[in-house]
Amino acid sequence: MEHYLSLFVKSIFVENLALAFFLGMCTFLAVSKNVKTAFGLGLAVVVIQSITVPMNNVIYQNILKEGAIISNFGLEYLGLICYIGTIAAMVQILEMTLDRFFPALYNSLGIFLPLITVNCAILGGTLFMVERDYNLPESLVYGFGSGVGWALAIVALAGIREKMKYSDVPDGLKGLGITFITVGLMALAFMSFSGIKL
Amino acid sequence: MKILRRLLDSQHSKFAKGGKLEKFYPLYEATDTFLYTPGEVTTNASHVRDGMDLKRIMSMVIVALIPCIAMAFWNTGYQANLQLSEMSFEDAVANQGWRGDLFASLGGTFDANSLWSNVLLGGLYFLPAYIVTMTVGGLWEVLFATVRKHEVNEGFLVTGMLFPLTLPPSIPLWQVALGISFGVVIGKEIFGGTGRNFLNPALTARAFLYFAYPGQISGESVWTAVDGMSSATALTALGTAPGPVGMGAVDVTWWDSFLGTIPGSMGETSTLACLIGAAILIATGIGSWRIMSGVVIGAMGLATLLWGIPSDTNAVFALPAYWHLVVGGFAFGTVFMATDPVSASMTETGKWFYGILIGLMTILIRVINPAFPEGIMLAILFGNVFAPVIDYLVVQANVKRRMARNAA
Repeated sequence: MEHYLSLFVKSIFVENLALAFFLGMCTFLAVSKNVKTAFGLGLAVVVIQSITVPMNNVIYQNILKEGAIISNFGLEYLGLICYIGTIAAMVQILEMTLDRFFPALYNSLGIFLPLITVNCAILGGTLFMVERDYNLPESLVYGFGSGVGWALAIVALAGIREKMKYSDVPDGLKGLGITFITVGLMALAFMSFSGIKL
Repeated sequence: MKILRRLLDSQHSKFAKGGKLEKFYPLYEATDTFLYTPGEVTTNASHVRDGMDLKRIMSMVIVALIPCIAMAFWNTGYQANLQLSEMSFEDAVANQGWRGDLFASLGGTFDANSLWSNVLLGGLYFLPAYIVTMTVGGLWEVLFATVRKHEVNEGFLVTGMLFPLTLPPSIPLWQVALGISFGVVIGKEIFGGTGRNFLNPALTARAFLYFAYPGQISGESVWTAVDGMSSATALTALGTAPGPVGMGAVDVTWWDSFLGTIPGSMGETSTLACLIGAAILIATGIGSWRIMSGVVIGAMGLATLLWGIPSDTNAVFALPAYWHLVVGGFAFGTVFMATDPVSASMTETGKWFYGILIGLMTILIRVINPAFPEGIMLAILFGNVFAPVIDYLVVQANVKRRMARNAA
C-alpha cells in the first residue's frame, strides 16, 4: 500500500508532467486563459490518463513485450502506433459516452476532448510506464497521479493568468512570451519537490 | 527646507510633459515624493477607509525590519569573531581580506565580546551586499520606470532590504548583483512592476541564486564569514547526520536559536527579532495575522505528526515542532515573506489556506526532502503559485453561497 501511495505522490509532485518534464505544453499554454476551462481540460486529462495508461500497460505487458507471446519475438517496435491508436480510440469512446450520458460535461469540454488525443502528456505517461516497466496496479496509480499532477499545474497556471490580467506586460512579451516565463517561474517553485526520494 | 522645495518646483517644468528631460520624469517624481508628500489630490468622489497607501505600507515594513537588520549587523560579526578570535590578529586580518584591513584600521579587535567589533565586522559584510542590491536593483528599477513610463515604487526598498537579509554572509557580491537583477527584472518588472507580479521578487532572486550557485548559498562553510571554516546550521547538521543520532546532531540550545546567536543567513537567525517585526506589522495592519497564524498552524501540525514517526536514517524527523519555529528562516519567511500582500492570497479565507499550505510545505521539504535542508523559501514560492487559485475557489464558493441564499 505504501508503495502505491508514494508512487501516487511522486507522479503528482516530484515528476509533474507539465512542470518537471514540460510535457503537453501546447494545450498547457493554449487552454489556460481561465480557471474554469482549465479545470475541465484537467479533468478530461485525468480521466483519459487513468484509462489509457493501464490499457496500454495490458497491451505492452501481454502482447508487445519481448517474450510476452513467444520468447525471442519482440514486438516493441509497434509500441508507438499501438499506444496512439489506443489513446485515440479511448478518447473517441469517452467522447461518445459523455455526449450520450453527460451532455452538460460534454458541452463544457467541447473541443478539448478530441484535442487530448494529440497531447504529448498523455503519450508521455504511457511511454514512462513502458520505460519503467510498471505492472497493472502501478500503471493505474501512475496514470491517475500523473493526470492529477498535470491538471493541478494547468489550474494553477490559469489562476495566475487570470490574475495577470491586471499586469502591464511589455508589448513584445504579451501573450505566449510572458506565459512561458510564468511557467518557468512556476517550475522554479515546483523544484521544491525535486530530490524527494519516495 | 523651503530651498529644497523651491529647487524641486523650479525643475518641475523640465521634467513635465514637453519638457527637455521628460524621459526622466520617474526619477524626478521619485525624488520629490521621497522627500515630500505627493501634491496630487483626488478630484472625484473618493472612498477612503484608511489613510494607508503603498508608501506607508512599505515604510512600515522597513521599520519592522529594523530588529532583524540590527541582528544582521551584530550576529554576522559575532559568529565570525567567535572563530577569528582563536587566530592571531595578523592571521585574522589576512583571512578577512580587504575587510580585514579596513576592520583593523577602524579599531576592530576580533573580540566576540566587543559590541563595536561585532557590529563593525557584521556591517562590513551586510552593507556591501545591501549597497550592491540597492545599486543594481535600483538601476533596473529606474531603467524600467523611464522606458516604460511608470513610477519608481517604494516597493523596491522592501525587496532590496529583504534580499540581502536572506543571504549568507560569505556570498560573493557579483552573485548578489546577478540575483537581484533576476528578481527585479524577471520576478517583477516584466509583469509591470510593483503589485503586478505573482512571485515575491526577493525570494525569486534568492531561489535563482540557490539553484544557479548552490555552492555559495547552501552547505556547511557559507554560514560564517570566515574563510576556510565550516559551521553548519541546525538544519544542515540534522540533514547530513549519519544514522539515528536524532537531536544529538544539534549543538545549539533552543534559546540560542530563539535569540539568534547561531550561524545562518544574515538577517534570519533571530526568531525574537522577527517576532518584534511581526508585532509591528500586525499592530499597523500591514502584515496579515491570518497568514502568519496559518503558516504556524500548518507547520506545527505536520511537524508534530512527523515527529511521532521513528526514523533511523533521517535525523530531521526527530526535530520537535517547537524547534522548527526557531531554526532556519522559518520566522523570517513567515513574518516578512509570506505576508507580502502582492503575491499572497487576497481573500481573508484564502489567507488561512495559503498560510497553512506554506506551513505544510515548509515542514515537508525540511523533513522529507534530503536535497534541501531549508524549506521555507521554496514553500512560499509554492504558495505564491497557488495563491490565485485559492482566491478563485474562495470567491466561487462565496458566489455560490450567496446565489443559494438569494434563491431561497
